[in-house]
Amino acid sequence: MVEEEGFRRYVAHIILWIGIAIVAFPVYIAIVASSQDNALIANGQMSLLPGGHFFETYYQTIFVGTSGSTREPVGNMMLNSLVMALLIAVGKIAISIISAYAIVYFRFPFRMPIFWIIFITLMLPVEVRIYPTYKIVADLHMLDSYAGLSLPLIASATATLLFRQFFMTVPDELLEASRIDGAGPFRFFWDTLLPLSRTNMAALFVILFILGWNQYLWPLLITTRDDMQTIQIGIRKMITTTDALTEWPVVMATAVLAMLPPVFVVVVMQKLFVRGLVETEK
Amino acid sequence: MANVTLRNVRKTYPGGFEAIKGVDVDVGDGQFCVLVGPSGCGKSTLLRMVAGLETITGGEIDIGGRIVNQIEPADRDIAMVFQNYALYPHMSVFNNMAYGLRNRGMKEDEVKSRVDEAARVLELTSMLERKPRQLSGGQRQRVAMGRAIVRQPKVFLFDEPLSNLDAKLRIAMRVEIRKLQRRLNTTSIYVTHDQLEAMTLADILVVMNGGQVEQVGNPLAIYEKPATTFVASFIGAPPMNLMSTRPDEIKSQLGTSAGEAILGIRPEDFVITDQTPAGGVALPLTVEAIERVGAETFIYGSREQEEQRIAATPGELPPGEIIVRIPGTEAPAIGAKIRVAAVRAKLHLFSADGRTRIEA
Repeated sequence: MVEEEGFRRYVAHIILWIGIAIVAFPVYIAIVASSQDNALIANGQMSLLPGGHFFETYYQTIFVGTSGSTREPVGNMMLNSLVMALLIAVGKIAISIISAYAIVYFRFPFRMPIFWIIFITLMLPVEVRIYPTYKIVADLHMLDSYAGLSLPLIASATATLLFRQFFMTVPDELLEASRIDGAGPFRFFWDTLLPLSRTNMAALFVILFILGWNQYLWPLLITTRDDMQTIQIGIRKMITTTDALTEWPVVMATAVLAMLPPVFVVVVMQKLFVRGLVETEK
Repeated sequence: MANVTLRNVRKTYPGGFEAIKGVDVDVGDGQFCVLVGPSGCGKSTLLRMVAGLETITGGEIDIGGRIVNQIEPADRDIAMVFQNYALYPHMSVFNNMAYGLRNRGMKEDEVKSRVDEAARVLELTSMLERKPRQLSGGQRQRVAMGRAIVRQPKVFLFDEPLSNLDAKLRIAMRVEIRKLQRRLNTTSIYVTHDQLEAMTLADILVVMNGGQVEQVGNPLAIYEKPATTFVASFIGAPPMNLMSTRPDEIKSQLGTSAGEAILGIRPEDFVITDQTPAGGVALPLTVEAIERVGAETFIYGSREQEEQRIAATPGELPPGEIIVRIPGTEAPAIGAKIRVAAVRAKLHLFSADGRTRIEA
């Protein structure tokens, strides 16, 4: 890093602080709004200082929900989102590490065509193939279920590619040493490849968990029951009210709650995440 | 304890490339066999075929009286030390050595006693809990050796195990490997491209070139009587001086009629003298460069005659250049004209294509 001195350093810091303010201010507003009285917000008289309804609002949000549009407690929505995000992250990692193992270490007919087929699915995210995917999920009676929420998002070319690239950097001698040590394909995968992939898996988990948590379009399509909706859908439903006042404190509390798990995952796994991206344990 | 016998072993890759063109080698029980040759000569491929890491497309490999062509590496009762050590990076030194034993279902107390014994022999006892990345190159090398010896296999296979070490450590490890092998008395096959390593380690030396065996035998016997010009220039440093010789020269100087031939003289077999030994050869040289390495001095000289040497082998000098090795540091000045001679017994004569040795 270049040592900047005096004036230039202050300028740099001021710019950084402005950036932080731009990012952090809306979050602050959300937190403040969630602690205010709804009537005050509806009147347009919202104070920029925290109000006195903080615990009351969060209690209501988590355990009761709004009195209007969706009566589902947000705690329940968070559970749905959490299950979906975890299923997607864990499922994607499991499937892609196995498929990458097959593609890198086994010689079978049409190995390269299969790899390229996996590769080109990169160009076909759920949004593009939404109708056929919906049809399949509906035919399999998986609407309004965790399976329906997560399965279509699990098959992933990106993760397979990442693991393939990583496996290709693992020296062949490790496999050969394992073979001489009497380890079959399963033992090699379990005893050597999985432990070596730990940091990669952690990095992917962070990315995929947030991706899963932030899903909007797909859950919107396939969940109709209130008790299956995810928090992202819940926020949307809370805002749209036809004949009543939008309960802004509850909406804001929900938004704040929706931010917490991704923040938690990033903070907890940051070290592993960075290591997974920049170094490999070889 | 086992013999290893290769019978007409061949390896042809699917593309048609023939990497090993029929190799016959017999390694006796407890012997140390070194495969040596330039890179790409097929020595590593041959070793990997013995290990079972490469398929055998022709011939037979016999380990301890059992044809192993179709047997998995783990069931061949061999252990291998790799060039880059191939230690499991996430396992401790202890687990690295224990892994192969545990995979064979050995009881944990037996595993522990074997690993502890190997660690004691290799002076690794204080490092058993460390990870490979916390070890120096030499220590990793010893762990790789330990992983091989705990298995108590019939055969050790070494694939250029010292080439990642610095020069000093390489010499120390070379001696260690030889001592260890003597004590365990385990049949060993060792691949290297370093002819010094090959000479010092081998009971049997196998010189390979282009997928074929050029010569098999005792290292000193090979040094003294190389079978081809390839072996002559590969074994020994600096390489043997090779010069093409006309029939009449051979006739007049050596008294044999061999037609067109290649004459070889090792650098250390020259002496600077004005006399011509009976039956020997003498060459007038112009000194072009001097290398003093302390105990000995190398003189690079060019011949005055318009003689063309046959360029057939790697590591060879430019045509017309001769290396002379003399003891000590006394050397003629650069540009000086000197005369060197070699006695009859130190001359090597090869056929014009370099493929056969002519015994005079």
